[in-house]
Amino acid sequence: MLTSESLKRIDREIAKYPADQKQSAVMAALAIAQEEQGWLSSEAIEFVANYLGMAPIAAYEVATFYNMYDLKPVGKYKVSVCTNLPCMLTGGVDAGEYLKKKLGIGYNETTPDGLITLKEGECMGACGDAPVMIVNNRRMCSWMNPEQIDKLLAELK
Amino acid sequence: MAILGAINPMLSVGLDGDNAWRLADYVKRGGYRALRRILEGKIPQGDVINEVKKSVLRGRGGAGFPTGLKWSFMPRSFPGDKYVVCNSDEGEPGTFKDRDILRYNPHSVIEGMTIAAYAMGAARGYNYIHGEVWEIYERFEEALDEARAAGFLGAELLGSGFSFDLFAHHGYGAYICGEETALLESIEGKKGQPRFKPPFPASFGLYGKPTTINNTETFASIPYIINIGGEAYLEAGKPNNGGTKLFSVSGHVNRPGNYEVPLGTPFATLLEMAGGMRGGRKLKGCIPGGSSAPVVPAATMMDCTMDYDSISKAGSMLGSGAVIVMDETTCMVRALERLSYFYYEESCGQCTPCREGTSWLYKVLHRIENGQGRADDLDLLASVTTNIMGRTICALGDAASMPVQSFIKHFRDEFAYHIEHKKCLVPVDVQRAGSGFFTA
Repeated sequence: MLTSESLKRIDREIAKYPADQKQSAVMAALAIAQEEQGWLSSEAIEFVANYLGMAPIAAYEVATFYNMYDLKPVGKYKVSVCTNLPCMLTGGVDAGEYLKKKLGIGYNETTPDGLITLKEGECMGACGDAPVMIVNNRRMCSWMNPEQIDKLLAELK
Repeated sequence: MAILGAINPMLSVGLDGDNAWRLADYVKRGGYRALRRILEGKIPQGDVINEVKKSVLRGRGGAGFPTGLKWSFMPRSFPGDKYVVCNSDEGEPGTFKDRDILRYNPHSVIEGMTIAAYAMGAARGYNYIHGEVWEIYERFEEALDEARAAGFLGAELLGSGFSFDLFAHHGYGAYICGEETALLESIEGKKGQPRFKPPFPASFGLYGKPTTINNTETFASIPYIINIGGEAYLEAGKPNNGGTKLFSVSGHVNRPGNYEVPLGTPFATLLEMAGGMRGGRKLKGCIPGGSSAPVVPAATMMDCTMDYDSISKAGSMLGSGAVIVMDETTCMVRALERLSYFYYEESCGQCTPCREGTSWLYKVLHRIENGQGRADDLDLLASVTTNIMGRTICALGDAASMPVQSFIKHFRDEFAYHIEHKKCLVPVDVQRAGSGFFTA
């Protein structure tokens, strides 16, 4: 189900916790599975649960509770825009609207070519850099004015 | 550097973008000296805790609980596993200081946690890092590797009999995990739903073992306190409000960012450090302690000093030190609607008053903002908040209610205008100009 590289990474996470607490690695393991496969299918969640020796439903609870897990396929790039108050005051909502217009899609939609999924995010803890957005849960983009957004879109191919 | 208010060399160095986060740089500016002194001098655990008590360091995550007192609750002489946990799950809107501490001074957190572990007799620790700041998580892992290689973490630290290891755990998008017992559930690999207290974590924490959880900035302040002494640290702030604090200033200011100032510094000074109001516009209101803190109108705010007691007297709370500045282009109804959406989205769903109440708050505010407000909506909102507050396991319900109560209290006319005229007192194009997005 997962590559040996991913399994090796999961093993490294397991080693951080007491030997009888493998379940503690479930958040990291699900993140690693999602990184490899693009999203979390029920099969992937079940695989992770079995690998960690926990009930599949318990892993599913985790996958549905935390909002950075994607339980449906998303575009090659997932762009999450923070529109929370501090960002809003400095253009976060406008940045989201600008992206919607540029991409021709709304929040929680994917461009027809499957390239970009747009999400409205919650506070990313970077309010001083507003407007901020995160690409694929990993890359934080700061001070996203129209010019910066255009540059980012040109880069996401 | 002075302009950024760097006072504590272990906390604020690098806030200007100086990328000196590595172990060698940290040691050069006095890093790991405090830990070395404690371990090599075999200073008794109780003395370390007393020094922290003397400093009157209060928890920097939001609650402001005295750190030394918290540490003294741990059954440090009992045998068995004990844990120290760092709460870096920084997701309170407006707060972004822990990200900078971990980005520029990860070793101050490692040193602070190691000293804490020594004082409380813990052999293992975790730092729970907000999932959205992935680069910070990766950097912290790198810093841990450096510390292990140099003998500051692991078995028999610096040849003493004390062993401690520390690991990073990342979140994946849940505000509630900033609540300490939800955070523990999350480390255990479960949904982050808060636990009933008591039992408190000091007796039943991670994996059911005694655990102390402190905020990133709290731990990062420890080495400096040990170095200069508890009393000197206290004197840097003001009575009952020891030391210096990082304030995250966001919103309508010219230079948003983190500023370290002594507690008790006038708000006006902090505002000036942040470059003053954007476009020279007038201050309308300020949320002085993160989104959960009650909003304070401009005139009152300008008279405040930045410390726990002064902000509390102004009817709000210092919280995490996140200062959200709003100028006259802000529509208070829209601002509150957005905050209410956040709490509705982030309620963990465990307690009915919060799960249902946050949804009502958002829906009613949404209809007011969209011209469908009803005459009795403000009373309805007030009644929903009183039915949430005090009836939930954790503080998220209160956190969702306090902004609603304070916004309506201080800006009632604006809400009434919205309901009556079905539009905003602040024209939409004025609001847009205020954000500066298209003119930046």
